[in-house]
Amino acid sequence: MLRAAPALMVILLVIPVLLGLAAVVLPAFGYLPVLGLTDPGLAVWRELLEVPGIGHSVALSLAAGVITPLLALLLVMLFLAAVSGTRWARIMRQLVAPLLAVPHAAAAFGLAFLIAPSGLALRLISPELSGWQRPPDLLILNDPLGLSMMAGLVLKEIPFLLLMALAVLPQLHADQRVAMARTLGYRPVYAWLWAVAPALYPLLRLPLFAVIAFASATVDVALILGPSLPPPLSVRIVGWFADPDLTTRMLASAAALLQLTVTLSAIAIWLIAERLLTPLLRQLSLRGIRRRGQATINFIGRSTLIVTLGTLMLSLMVLCLQAFAGPWRFPDNLPTAWTIQHWQSVGSVLSTPLGNTLLLGLTSVLFTVALVLAALEYESRRGLAPQRLLWAIYIPLLVPQVAFLYGLTLLLEQLRWQPGLLVVGFSHCLFVLPYVYLTLADPYRRLDPRWQQLAAALGASPMRVWWRIKLPLLLAPIATACAVGFAVSIGQYLATLLTGAGRVSTLTTEAVALASGGTRGPIAVWALMQTILPMLGFALALALPRIIWRHRQAMRGSLT
Amino acid sequence: MKSYPTTTALTDVLSKPLRGLARCKSRTLLGCLFFAAFAHGQQPDPSDWTAVLEQARNQPLYFYAWGGDQQTNTYLNWVASELAERHDIDMTHVRLSDTADAVARVLAETQAGNSGRGAVDLLWLNGENFASMKDNDLLFGPWAEQLPNFALVNADANPDVRSDFTVPVDGYESPWLRAHLVFYYDSAFVASAPASVSELLAWAERYPGEFTYPRPPNFLGTTFLKQALLELVSDTSVLYTPVGDSDFNAVTAPLWHFLDALHPNLLRQGRSFPANGAELHRLMVDGEIALAISFNPTEAVNSVVRGELPDSVRTHLPQRGTLANVSFLAIPFNASHKAAAMVAANFLLSPEAQLRAQDPDHMGGTAVIDVTVLSQQWQDQFAATRQSHPAAPAAMTGTTALQEPHPSWMDALEAAWMARYVSR
Amino acid sequence: MTGMTLRLQDIEITLKGQRLLQINAQIEPGATLTVMGPSGAGKSSLLAYIAGFLAPEFQAQGEIWLGERCLNGLPPEQRKVGLLFQDPLLFPHLSVAQNLTFALPADVPDRSARVELALENVGLAGFAERDPATLSGGQKARVSLQRLLLSNPHAVLLDEPFSRLDSHLRQEVRQHVFQTLRDASLPAILVTHDAEDARAADGTVIELG
Repeated sequence: MLRAAPALMVILLVIPVLLGLAAVVLPAFGYLPVLGLTDPGLAVWRELLEVPGIGHSVALSLAAGVITPLLALLLVMLFLAAVSGTRWARIMRQLVAPLLAVPHAAAAFGLAFLIAPSGLALRLISPELSGWQRPPDLLILNDPLGLSMMAGLVLKEIPFLLLMALAVLPQLHADQRVAMARTLGYRPVYAWLWAVAPALYPLLRLPLFAVIAFASATVDVALILGPSLPPPLSVRIVGWFADPDLTTRMLASAAALLQLTVTLSAIAIWLIAERLLTPLLRQLSLRGIRRRGQATINFIGRSTLIVTLGTLMLSLMVLCLQAFAGPWRFPDNLPTAWTIQHWQSVGSVLSTPLGNTLLLGLTSVLFTVALVLAALEYESRRGLAPQRLLWAIYIPLLVPQVAFLYGLTLLLEQLRWQPGLLVVGFSHCLFVLPYVYLTLADPYRRLDPRWQQLAAALGASPMRVWWRIKLPLLLAPIATACAVGFAVSIGQYLATLLTGAGRVSTLTTEAVALASGGTRGPIAVWALMQTILPMLGFALALALPRIIWRHRQAMRGSLT
Repeated sequence: MKSYPTTTALTDVLSKPLRGLARCKSRTLLGCLFFAAFAHGQQPDPSDWTAVLEQARNQPLYFYAWGGDQQTNTYLNWVASELAERHDIDMTHVRLSDTADAVARVLAETQAGNSGRGAVDLLWLNGENFASMKDNDLLFGPWAEQLPNFALVNADANPDVRSDFTVPVDGYESPWLRAHLVFYYDSAFVASAPASVSELLAWAERYPGEFTYPRPPNFLGTTFLKQALLELVSDTSVLYTPVGDSDFNAVTAPLWHFLDALHPNLLRQGRSFPANGAELHRLMVDGEIALAISFNPTEAVNSVVRGELPDSVRTHLPQRGTLANVSFLAIPFNASHKAAAMVAANFLLSPEAQLRAQDPDHMGGTAVIDVTVLSQQWQDQFAATRQSHPAAPAAMTGTTALQEPHPSWMDALEAAWMARYVSR
Repeated sequence: MTGMTLRLQDIEITLKGQRLLQINAQIEPGATLTVMGPSGAGKSSLLAYIAGFLAPEFQAQGEIWLGERCLNGLPPEQRKVGLLFQDPLLFPHLSVAQNLTFALPADVPDRSARVELALENVGLAGFAERDPATLSGGQKARVSLQRLLLSNPHAVLLDEPFSRLDSHLRQEVRQHVFQTLRDASLPAILVTHDAEDARAADGTVIELG
């Protein structure tokens, strides 16, 4: 049974994506027999290159794909360096986990209302400080360079990277590394930067690739915060696929392949930059810098992260205000009246989407966590190198959703799978599995092999070792993986919409559907609902190991 | 110019079951015939209404309709409960963020050879979505004129319900609601709205940054372009024939001239446009602009009554005629529950449903049935739905309803707008 | 208690075609073979081969006999070869008593009594419900050894078991371990850097490398 797990994982991850892609390859080269188009050629690509602003769109996607992860990584690294050896890291971890649960769309909505010309930030200083009675005509949201979009993405990716980093730091024995470097005269900041960061980066590389792929192909954040004339490539693809003129589908198919190229290029750029920078950074780390500028790094590391996380929390607070706001006009700092009307109107239709969301989240997490644990255990017993599986794991994360989901829908249709919870759950697994695997693989592999050897030498069968020793020792990362998977499932929009034929409504589909036309109140309510569920998941993931291991000191991992 | 795809391939797919029948060996012929008869029995005959009602009983119904408006969603919730009570139909409102998603869904099913188990039973659409589906034989019908309540529309007196953006409806969709383009403005910030779209230029120069419109190909944005075009061209008759028949550049030159001059005086100097009508409405609510357009004449007054927009908002009809259309309901050729879909469409045309649709306390739209054919009692009730608030729109009397141009103009205008205003 | 003899017949371990070690030895019950040598000489690989954990990149040949049983090909949990590492490695999620119970074979009756007795034997009565993290270094080492004995091994492998202890504790634990192994008449292999360890083991010494 164990032996089947890795193969099952590969099949589950790779086949749907490849078939979905294959379904767009043919139309991209002019072959769409259902429309009577059977002359293959490059005409579609020529048409794509002539689309107004296509170069601009590609540049936006590429820039978002490189700049977003770079900024997020830089801020996370500087912050961790600045707080090494302080209580901050522990506080941060408690703060960050719930923030990770905030869906991208919800965060983007909150941010949009915070920084818009008529947003809360300017309301607070108007008219007293600014003198503005009307919102100033400033191009802040949807700016042509995509700055607010990238800001929104960075805001959301920082908690993700920070949590990934905090999860692996204990295994690096970061405390000892820092202590050792400090005895050599390095201030804590540099002790962390020179002794921990180089070991941490390789562990963050895979999550970073996921960030690159997401940022270069985001749809929801780009719709809310991104530029519109033209928008990033992914947004245009969704538009083309949905165009009632069915021939546009070929253009969309070609663009989907272009999006794949853009995402892979962003990763290639990252890898090249990494190759170029690594020797420089190594040299820098060997120059013996112990204290010069450490106060500055301390200040920057702490303040920028506080500002970004503060902004994210403010955005959430703005959502809370909106959810209870009656009439609220510029430049009022607060609504003139409060109401629960938005909650009432949403509450009347809440039960089905909420039930579906819970069902999809829990079943996809249960299934994928079991599968990932089986695959990792098989790998650990066989002593196999992990590389074999990795390319498969990354496929659903690296191939932009817009590129293969349309083809996948067609495929499921051909298999005569009735659209419904089962099919949607299957498509969720496709995206939940990689994140579960990424969250779990490192802790699993880094578990000291001597535990297993010792237990076996004491006469325990492999099954008993797994059940009594490995699972309890890995309880915290498993709980985290469950929470991450749950959050990923809740955030799925395109997959739910397409494979469910729109019949399976979840908190996210409702929120985004309303976002296309609703007033702020109900949107805020849906966005909050969409945030609360995964937050509960993370709260549980944090609390569970603490409660279970409250009498076991060594099971409470240290942070820095 | 994009041309609509040929229909041969689609008919190919559609005729597959028949060719399958022809290939039947005698041994299995009986089975094939049984299958064919069964499949035929699934197709309800709209002229036999009692049979349709009978077949619809206990059917589920998946109604695909734009879900971006909380009031419409609540209204459709009410429709679902009425259908359950009156006809034992279990209706689900599938909330779309874009109607084209449902069209794409039907196409995907067609590509997969699904010609009888489609997910979409009833679809709210009009204009280019209808033209595209009709051209590609993706619609079931004709059925709409056989609905018992179709008589209330009084189609002979209101011929606009028989064409959708100049494309003949031919009974392939049933009318549901009416809409026409209006301005609404905040009288606290600006003295008046422009008398017409063509006078908008002077207005915008006087009030820079106080107006904007949704970016095409958004429906409302394109509607704005069409309204402007209808006002700016001297001979509008060319707009009612396919765009390929005329010199697009020459015909639309006045429009681009107008927009080039207008854009620097729009919100954000025309460097960024709202995504859709809802975002435009939000800009009004936030006080970022003082003038907006809407395709629902009562949108502004309803919003004022709800307390979203300030009391100082007023609705204004373009003086030189306003673009008007009817939105429709269609049934895809492969819908699983066609009988239930027809019963629902018929119910939506009933006086009760139309009255509630027009009632600002519920949906606040404009009824498509001809109120004059109803009893005095109903007429009084419809008259009572008019808002007394000064933000309410004036009656349409005295204003010409401009008919929608041929749908091919829509595509062409959208493409030309993108080519001109999307930065390279 | 009569112990078994551990025999290593023509054992040879190679890594990427390079021979790390070759060994032929017979260890009588209660005796300890000490293997010394610099890092990378293959000391730990030898223990891993005997216990059944040799990583796949190594190649090894030669037979391991424990009494009348040939261990080659047996899974680790059936070899009845106990392990002591540098660290006491008490399972951090289990209490002291649970650590010991885990080692007891399934067919042993009176499990909690056996555990109590084992704790008493090393002066740790009353520590059963303690969190292992709260024990001192010496206490941990003693629990670790008791755990090993409770699993009823027929041979023991010691991988630098005293190197992490401070010097006065090292002396005490070392004596305790070797005395216990001799009393139980278990054959043992000790891998170490420390000549003191070899002296205390009082057996054959093989120098590798």
